[in-house]
Amino acid sequence: MKTVEQIKAAIEAAVAGAGVEVVPNPSPSGQHSLRIEPGRAVEVARFLRDDAELALDFLSNVTGVDWLDREIEETVTETRTVTRMVDGVEQAVEETVEETRQRIEPGFLEAVYHLYSVAKKHGPVVLRMRTVNRTDQVELPSLTPIWRSAEFQEREVFDLYGIIFTGHPDLRRLLMWPGFKDHPMRRDYVEPDDFEYEPTAHDRVLERALAHQAASEAASTAAGEKASEPAEAAEQQGTEADA
Amino acid sequence: MFGEGILKGLAETARNFFGSFVSAERLTTVEYPEQRIAPFEAARVFPFLVYDGEDWLAGLRCVACQICEKECPPQCIFIEKSKDKKPDFVGKPQSYPMRFEIDISVCMSCQICVEVCPFEAIKMDTAFELSTGDRFGGLLLNLTQLAKPNAYYRQIHPTGAAEVDARMAEEMAKAEAKAKTATDAAAKAAADAAATKAADATPAAGDASQSRPDEESRR
Amino acid sequence: MSESQSHSAAAGENPEGRKPGSQNLVSQRPESQKLEGWNRPARTEPEADGQLLEVSMGPHHPSTHGVFRMDVALDGERVIRLRPVFGYLHRNHEKLGEGQSYLSSMPYTDRLDYFCSLSNNWAYALAVEKLAGQQVPERAEYLRVILAELTRFQNHASSIGFLIQEMGASGTPLMYAFREREKILDLFEELTGARMMCNYMRFGGCRVDASPAWLEKARARVAALPGFVDEFERLLATNEILMARCQGVGILRPELAVNAGVTGPMLRASGVGYDIRKVDGYGIYNRFSFRVPLGEHGDVYDRFMVRLLEMRESVKILEQALKEIPAGPVMDPRLKLRNFRPKPGEAYGRIEAPKGELGFYLISDGGPNPYRYRVRPPSLINLTILEDMCLGHSVADVVLISGSVDIVLGEVDR
Repeated sequence: MKTVEQIKAAIEAAVAGAGVEVVPNPSPSGQHSLRIEPGRAVEVARFLRDDAELALDFLSNVTGVDWLDREIEETVTETRTVTRMVDGVEQAVEETVEETRQRIEPGFLEAVYHLYSVAKKHGPVVLRMRTVNRTDQVELPSLTPIWRSAEFQEREVFDLYGIIFTGHPDLRRLLMWPGFKDHPMRRDYVEPDDFEYEPTAHDRVLERALAHQAASEAASTAAGEKASEPAEAAEQQGTEADA
Repeated sequence: MFGEGILKGLAETARNFFGSFVSAERLTTVEYPEQRIAPFEAARVFPFLVYDGEDWLAGLRCVACQICEKECPPQCIFIEKSKDKKPDFVGKPQSYPMRFEIDISVCMSCQICVEVCPFEAIKMDTAFELSTGDRFGGLLLNLTQLAKPNAYYRQIHPTGAAEVDARMAEEMAKAEAKAKTATDAAAKAAADAAATKAADATPAAGDASQSRPDEESRR
Repeated sequence: MSESQSHSAAAGENPEGRKPGSQNLVSQRPESQKLEGWNRPARTEPEADGQLLEVSMGPHHPSTHGVFRMDVALDGERVIRLRPVFGYLHRNHEKLGEGQSYLSSMPYTDRLDYFCSLSNNWAYALAVEKLAGQQVPERAEYLRVILAELTRFQNHASSIGFLIQEMGASGTPLMYAFREREKILDLFEELTGARMMCNYMRFGGCRVDASPAWLEKARARVAALPGFVDEFERLLATNEILMARCQGVGILRPELAVNAGVTGPMLRASGVGYDIRKVDGYGIYNRFSFRVPLGEHGDVYDRFMVRLLEMRESVKILEQALKEIPAGPVMDPRLKLRNFRPKPGEAYGRIEAPKGELGFYLISDGGPNPYRYRVRPPSLINLTILEDMCLGHSVADVVLISGSVDIVLGEVDR
């Protein structure tokens, strides 16, 4: 089987402007991956499937990964000119300064595809695609038109991570119910406070239960029971409309 | 011939039906409450805590290190560590659990707690008829319900218990030898103190040596 | 892998499989596979005067093997649309795996496909071993093969039993299968301590060693297994009712099967010789001689037959493994399970589980918990083409086709 570099070269030769980048994997598994540009992903995928030598006809695994915004602290060495009093005279002196800077690397969502070849019996070739950010630009092209096995798996990634696969024939939630709002596999997902009280041995659970009870009691006394009913009814209607 | 396959299959059912009267291989059903299968030695249901000697509070092997609490996958163990310390089986002062509770309605019998325990303190029980009318309090086992004597552990897991006893006896012998060299080297004044310490360790040593013939007779 | 290793041993080659005399029993239903193109099944439009009947099969339908729903649109008895609905058993297994240590995830893998906990253990252990670059002792590899093949045997036996039960033979074959399964579960319990939730394998080996007495017992049990397969085959394989119901039903074309990521006995029944035990040779599978049974028609009958033949091959592997098993440790004693922190990186490990390719994809960031923990569930992905297989068939056949996919909802929904 070809190495990742060879596959990269083959893709670049076949698909113009594919923008392939090798992502090395430091673990002993040695499964390096190829990061492809979402814009040409469908062409790249078609090439990988139809190329006689690679013949990656079997898409085994599709999954999402959530990479949060990262705060990177780096030390920068810089030379700058400073005016300083030297021997009672003001002089411009070159000085090397070490500075710690913090910058925020924006997070993104990533879709990972594991490809194998049933015809040639080799693999895996790992493809990755990244979204622009985690909030509003989360579209990636769907590879379901190339490999049908992505159909349910991309739906699952959409459901749990919120990546919108454009070109997917039937992009609905797979595991969560249609009225559900959030994406539970994201790393910053907060569980809704719909906890039902049940005594257990765990302090954390008990604390949460107590806090929940106090909050719900406060809410019911403050707002009254009437106010909450229409909101619930509206939510139910919304669920039905979604379904 | 049409219908041959069906007839062949019927012959097979007939063979099984009549065979079940004579062959134990074909009739594997056990009428449970009346008949019982003895549990396998490796069988695991819910954890219990092992103690040495007669007094469960003094002989508890658990030192409340809380490793099992951290590693438990469904988080069903709850431990409260003691403020003071008591000597363990080699005489080293160790903490002990003030509270040790296992919620067996949450426990999934995976045995991870047994694997990670460095003190051989927690083991798996084989008792399985644990139904209770109280689904909250009745399924939350506390320290008194969990503590069971080493003799019980030997009874349900003879092979495992023999290994553990051998390892602990070895450790104790090491500790005793260490204490002995310490006494030899120390001055006479210190030797008096060490002698009283050795005297403390003697009853526990007697317990371990007693267990040996007991196990051999069981084999 | 060369072509010689895979062979066509399904119904065609088996003299008892398909007889010319019974060919006329194959029902004269309309050709089910009206697939133009790959990616969406061409839905047959209802007849002009026909009214659509929307039926929700499940989630509490006995044929769905759990809580699984199929929204079916019917034109008379004919299925013209089928939408699987998942999620009734969803507990976000992957999120749980990301919130706890590598060791703590092991007992949870038992609960994916609860029929085959030992295969799941192996797949997870394999992925972690790839991630951390661990070696497995020889004896542990043999024990893994023995346990995985016993698992495959009991899974196939009971899955055939369920399939026949859904056909209407309520009980008999299933009870025979369960009788054999009990004996295998007894072996599991004696070794691992539990019948179904075994939690036996660890990254870098196995938890406890098998005693010589256990191996003797296993040899005796395995020696009795071919007799059971013969009995099962005499009972079912030539049964005219079974042939009439299964042959020509739910045909899956090999090209579609590969494209849709179908794996396991489903794929091999369509005639594609792809068995990960042969392709990857993970563990020590390349030391054993066994064949990969292939079907030729890709219908329900071939799936049934491939499973039956795979049971025979499993027995072959078991006999070899039980004969050759060496002495030695089952785990490196220096290996630590607690505070296990693999270096940053990622790994995808897969095995041939009884239901298909079971893969685990792990990303480590150097911490005690995996950063990403993903299960590739064969049951879910094999359901991708459920609609394609069912279109044009009657409701009774939908039950049969979904039964032949062999799903476990613990794995589908995770």
